[in-house]
Amino acid sequence: MSEKRKAFLGTALIGLALALLPLVVGSALGNTWVRVLDYALLYIMLALGLNIVVGFAGLLDLGYIAFYAVGAYLYALLASPHFGIHWPVWAILPLGALVAGLFGVLLGAPTLRLRGDYLAIVTLGFGEIIRIFLNNLNQPVNITNGPKGIARIDPISIGGQPLSQSIEVFGFTLPGVTLYYYLFVVLAMVIVVIGIRLQDSRIGRAWVAIREDEVAAKACGIDTRNVKLLAFAMGASFGGIAGGLFAGFQGFVSPESFGLLESVMVLCMVVLGGMGNIAGVILGGLLLTVLPEVFRYGAAPVQQALFGKVVLDPESLRMLLFGLALILVMIYRPAGLWPEARHRRELSGK
Amino acid sequence: MTPLLEARAISKHFGGVQALTDVSLTINAGEIYGLIGPNGAGKTTFFNVLTGLYPRDGGEVHFNGAPLPLGSPHAVTQAGVARTFQNIRLFANMTALENVMVGRHSRSRIGVAGAVLRSRGQREEEHDIRRRANELLHYVGIADRHNTLARNLPYGDQRRLEIARALATEPRLLALDEPAAGMNATETTALKTLIEGIRADGTTVLLIEHDVKLVMGLCDRVAVLDYGAKIAEDVPAVVKANPKVIEAYLGA
Repeated sequence: MSEKRKAFLGTALIGLALALLPLVVGSALGNTWVRVLDYALLYIMLALGLNIVVGFAGLLDLGYIAFYAVGAYLYALLASPHFGIHWPVWAILPLGALVAGLFGVLLGAPTLRLRGDYLAIVTLGFGEIIRIFLNNLNQPVNITNGPKGIARIDPISIGGQPLSQSIEVFGFTLPGVTLYYYLFVVLAMVIVVIGIRLQDSRIGRAWVAIREDEVAAKACGIDTRNVKLLAFAMGASFGGIAGGLFAGFQGFVSPESFGLLESVMVLCMVVLGGMGNIAGVILGGLLLTVLPEVFRYGAAPVQQALFGKVVLDPESLRMLLFGLALILVMIYRPAGLWPEARHRRELSGK
Repeated sequence: MTPLLEARAISKHFGGVQALTDVSLTINAGEIYGLIGPNGAGKTTFFNVLTGLYPRDGGEVHFNGAPLPLGSPHAVTQAGVARTFQNIRLFANMTALENVMVGRHSRSRIGVAGAVLRSRGQREEEHDIRRRANELLHYVGIADRHNTLARNLPYGDQRRLEIARALATEPRLLALDEPAAGMNATETTALKTLIEGIRADGTTVLLIEHDVKLVMGLCDRVAVLDYGAKIAEDVPAVVKANPKVIEAYLGA
């Protein structure tokens, strides 16, 4: 009973901290940083989805951002003046998860026999194909509006309240970025819970078994084809949800947002944080979104203070430091900052 | 004696090498059946065809009154044939307990929805999986190592864990590919006791082995492969006296 109470107390404290975070950050650092948190949450959702494919099932996917694109464009097409359709968010997000999941199966089916580098190359190609399609599907029939992208996308609104507009609560103004934060944090929690529960189930064990030894997994009676396709579909559907949120949040999508670099970035979050460990992946997503911003805003003042002038352009310094950080982590913590510890979980006596 | 498994005219070639030529054999329910032969005779190839890992070129296998689905390894396991590997293939970064729990996969049902909602059925099934896996670890004698990652287990325990994982699939026929390889005399004796126990508990055993002494002491019947063809099949005493077998082992 006291164990249960402890768990409840822990959850309540984390919930409270997450609820207060944007208020503290917003008043101390400004709404720009709340926006950074919003993006961090989107990337965390993406990283958690990719973690299922790469971390659990061990399938190296370099085209993951394609599912983010599918979700984002689906939202853009179904809630913007482009086609004059304005569906509500609760209809689009589940559809986005479903369609992205189908694309996941579409990618998974022809690559079932591939592993490692070969799989990476095919998935990389898949990601690029989706981006190129988005770039060129503006003729003969204009579907995606080509490189110009789709603008004036409806903001996500909940209960008639568009999240882009600030609201007053008890005389306290909550800006749009903070409202989005609350939506994203709730959905991210849902995804975390789904991830944890899948990991602790026979399906999660089957994924890890395939990662560890596919032949032995087959000999254990696991239908590796179905289980792998399930991993692709689950991972992709998380990406599709994140994409839909991204489109509504940003109000504009274009193919540029879904390049190879984005796929690599999400993969970095998974690898850097700790492949296969949900907490590590969250940490990776948070660090890799927030740190570059810290470098961007912090580089100039620090240089002013040290040398009396700005020696290196903050924009290039930022990527330099970022690259350095990646290399250091890979040298000193090759399994990631917070690696998977299955035995530790088992020892907790469950 | 009722036949549990009947292999009829199994053939397999790799390029120009004929690895198996019309190998037929019958394993009766409840026996320990040995498959021996010199290096390269085709024992493991036969094993891999039987368990669906290699596509066959010809022949068929009847198991428990129905054709064995040789095209897919997981279906073979579901039909009731479980195997271990000559070079141990455990899930290295999973604990001993988790390895055996994976073995329960095909004997459990719960899908994504059940797992995500953590339904009552899911919790009960998960509890059963865990309980059965613990029992099996106990059965093979490594219950105290349940939290150890498979890769950190000593060699003999890894062999035992692989057997426990195979037993978790509830096989009618347990196929062991050189389980005594690399074991010392004490470990081999303990393994012999374990295999006899498994048979006594109602599981038929197919054993590939290099250790002729172990096979002769343990098996009810033995088949001998040489150059991909069966040259003898009988009780150990008769097989041992067969001039063809002696020739195959000692050379002409």
